[in-house]
Amino acid sequence: MVMTKPSIDQVWEWLDAVPDPEIPVISLVDLGIIRGVTWLNDVLEVIVTPTYSGCPATRIINLDIETALNDHGIKKVTLKRQLSPAWTTDWLSDKGKAKLENYGIAPPQTAGGPTQCPRCKSAQVEKISQFGSTPCKAQWRCTDCLEPFDYFKCI
Amino acid sequence: MSDPLQFLLRMGDNSLVLGHRVSEWCGVAPVLEEDIALANTALDLIGQTQLWLGLAAECEDKGRDADALAFHRDVWDFRNLLLVEQPNRDFGHTMMRQFLFDAWHSLVLAALKSSENSDIAAIAEKSLKEVTYHLERSSDTVIALGDGTEESHKRMQAGLDRLWPYVGEMFLTDEHDLIDVTALRPAFDELTNDVLDTATLSIPTDNFTHKGGKTGARHTEHLGHMIATMQFLPRAYPDAKW
Repeated sequence: MVMTKPSIDQVWEWLDAVPDPEIPVISLVDLGIIRGVTWLNDVLEVIVTPTYSGCPATRIINLDIETALNDHGIKKVTLKRQLSPAWTTDWLSDKGKAKLENYGIAPPQTAGGPTQCPRCKSAQVEKISQFGSTPCKAQWRCTDCLEPFDYFKCI
Repeated sequence: MSDPLQFLLRMGDNSLVLGHRVSEWCGVAPVLEEDIALANTALDLIGQTQLWLGLAAECEDKGRDADALAFHRDVWDFRNLLLVEQPNRDFGHTMMRQFLFDAWHSLVLAALKSSENSDIAAIAEKSLKEVTYHLERSSDTVIALGDGTEESHKRMQAGLDRLWPYVGEMFLTDEHDLIDVTALRPAFDELTNDVLDTATLSIPTDNFTHKGGKTGARHTEHLGHMIATMQFLPRAYPDAKW
């Protein structure tokens, strides 16, 4: 049986439907960690870069990519880890940033802190801790509505 | 280029031993935010360990992997600096140890980014982003506590006095080092003088230094106790899977 190879664009579309395991509101493509997709004969190679070197989600992410592609009929998948260039929050898609904000996580800002509270939109915010519930986040608080919130660190 | 194995072990063992030490605070730090921050710092260091020891295992080419190097070597095979194996003691002491290491670590990684070995350069580039963040936090904490209350100042000065004799080893070099660490001392002094001065802390004048960690000649007794805890499970249950 000859299987027609799905196009690369089609594969990107499928990967854009795979949610990040820790922040399911954005996809792995939104997160900017999928660095390349290529057919090597009948094997699909997906190049993935880690967000933080110790992030425990990395293993789950690899498993989710394989599972999603297998479900779409691609049986031979190899995952290649690429460290350089190192992941940066500049690679988060605009769609992803908007979804984060909507979900209650302030998106990364080059200034180093959130511009506004993701809930009440007040600009009166203060840092609680440089680290948060996952390696990629820090903890902030709104001094108007008093809600603490996650901020996606800018690196 | 000379065989990088020894150097890779030094980098990996530093992040492994400090990562484990810092993780000992998990669940018992003074406040929740510090607990999370310390656990995240430890996580970054353990992640870096997987990269360094993974590359060391490839380079050694004896069928071992990063886990085998971490869990199946004994004290005399570890190549970490004596500074990172020192026990946590109090929170101030832990943060002073972190600051002194972060300052050195950031300079070493910045130098390694231009290594001719592309694997080493890639790990350094990745790690430096995380370590820059660690340094920012440990500097702020050292300043806040050094220039804080009478009690916090006293504890930070005590931490600095106790740890200073371990600083010199970070700048001793030999043929296994891929970069000239001795040449990084002026930049380290400038960075630490600045922060410690703002923290109203006094750098000890005696420059005596303990040595023997990075060469493996003589570790302090603390490392063996730490390793006994760290390695217990994979040694007692050799094929245990998560």
